[in-house]
Amino acid sequence: MLIAEHISHTYPNGVEALRQFSLQLSAGQFMAIVGPSGCGKSTLLRVLAGLLRPTSGKVWLAGEPVTQPSPRIGMMFQDAALLPWRTVAQNIRLPLELGWRGNAHFSVEELIQLVGLRGFEHAYPRELSGGMAQRVSLARALITRPPVLLLDEPFGALDAMTRENLTAALEGILRATQTTAVMVTHSIAEAVFLADQVVVSSPRPGRPLGIVRVTLPRPRHWGMESWPEFGHLVGQVRALLAQPLVEPARVN
Amino acid sequence: MFVFTNRIRIRDDGQASSSRPVLLAGRMLERFAPLLSLSLFIGVWHWLSLRYPPFILPGPGSVAQRFLEKIADGSLPFHALVTLSEALPGLLLGTLAAFALGIPISRSRLADRLLSPFIVASQGVPFIAVAPLLFIWFGNGPLTKVLVCALVVFFPIVINVIAGLRSAPQTLRDLFRALNATPAQTFMKLELPAALPFIFAGLRVGGTLSMVGAIAGEFLSADRGLGFLINLGNSFYDTPLVIVGVLTIVGLALSVYGAIRLAERALRVERWAA
Ligand SMILES: Nc1ncnc2c1ncn2[C@@H]1O[C@H](COP(=O)(O)OP(=O)(O)OP(=O)(O)O)[C@@H](O)[C@H]1O
Ligand SMILES: [Mg+2]
Repeated sequence: MLIAEHISHTYPNGVEALRQFSLQLSAGQFMAIVGPSGCGKSTLLRVLAGLLRPTSGKVWLAGEPVTQPSPRIGMMFQDAALLPWRTVAQNIRLPLELGWRGNAHFSVEELIQLVGLRGFEHAYPRELSGGMAQRVSLARALITRPPVLLLDEPFGALDAMTRENLTAALEGILRATQTTAVMVTHSIAEAVFLADQVVVSSPRPGRPLGIVRVTLPRPRHWGMESWPEFGHLVGQVRALLAQPLVEPARVN
Repeated sequence: MFVFTNRIRIRDDGQASSSRPVLLAGRMLERFAPLLSLSLFIGVWHWLSLRYPPFILPGPGSVAQRFLEKIADGSLPFHALVTLSEALPGLLLGTLAAFALGIPISRSRLADRLLSPFIVASQGVPFIAVAPLLFIWFGNGPLTKVLVCALVVFFPIVINVIAGLRSAPQTLRDLFRALNATPAQTFMKLELPAALPFIFAGLRVGGTLSMVGAIAGEFLSADRGLGFLINLGNSFYDTPLVIVGVLTIVGLALSVYGAIRLAERALRVERWAA
């Protein structure tokens, strides 16, 4: 479904963000990417989204190369990125007004129902809490029914409780819409909770250190956090993150 | 005739609430403060005018009388309209020029490097010194005054247009790119709305300056307009008429400012601040 082949990227200023990053994801699966800050996770996601052309390597979506942004890929950012002059409903329908040329899309009402924002259709972003704003952002990313959703630390700016609620909601929504997803996160528990596979990245330049496959049953719920298996998976991810590097980290 | 619209509002939400009567008295005071300061101003003026001859400082009474006379004989409205008919097209022209240059500059580094020096230079030009050139080139009809106005209002507006069009944050630009928006869509649905608060800030400054530009043009050469009226009063030692002219200009400038504020409210630009 979504394949990244040997993605390397060096920014014009000489910062090598990614080195030979490959990943593979089948339809309907959820991949979480964890790694130290600055290891190139956002860079990788921008490459997957077609927003950034990598120095080398290729991305394939359903057998076609991804070289520019595509309506088949939805994107959710760390801040909700809502237009302050549009209401919740108007923000959600923005993708339909822009470059999107398909026809099978969700209705705004369906999505507002799905993300739990009934009664806030006509509110403006500044009247929303951070968690509500991210729900709007999720609804907007889903309205064109993209087969793939990319999420860059979507809950990074939220408090722990809101995070847990939203993570659980996201799990349900992605299952209901059968969306394939790649999410970058700082939280190992969140990664294990959501994912079918957790990819652990090395420090910059980022490359995969290992993959932890998560076999917890779905639907997931936070009660699973106390399951031995959950703890075991978190431990595996931690071990990969703490793994001494074969090649010493460069200082620059 | 005075429109006090430029009261600076400070957001007072989240303030600790004091006891109600005190709060109410505070509100009343705030509400009538402009009236209070105006009365004080007139009082001091009257007091001062008692110690000087009327051709140096006429009192509020004689100015008011002259004001009514000039309204009654139709000359004040006539000259005020003339000045407005120079200032407003000047504001419009300056604004159009600001957009015509500001849009390419905000989008292209090349345009920025090519044009920005001229824009900065345009601010350095003492327009009073350049105005005679305009009179030589364009005659002393209304066109020249419109051009002087346009020149004066151009700078504050163009600076704000450029800053405003560049103000949309990178995530929102990424969002529009990810959604395959065309450049025109990005402009209409992202950059322009994001720029509105800036543009209005520029228009407020430009709107008031447009009156200054029109008067400056009329001072240099005119047979009508408020600038001409003041010149006329000056040459006849008709000091009350001079003051009537000045106060009318102030009133017009405040009205233009107020009209721009109204438009801003109507568009609900204050929502922008997220
Ligand atoms: N536009 C850019 N130009 C130059 N260097 C950049 C640019 N964007 C990112 N970098 C650099 O590339 C490296 C990887 O950045 P990236 O944002 O992908 O990391 P990240 O893993 O998402 O970090 P974080 O976890 O803090 O969000 C960093 O060292 C960063 O400084
Ligand atoms: Mg990042």
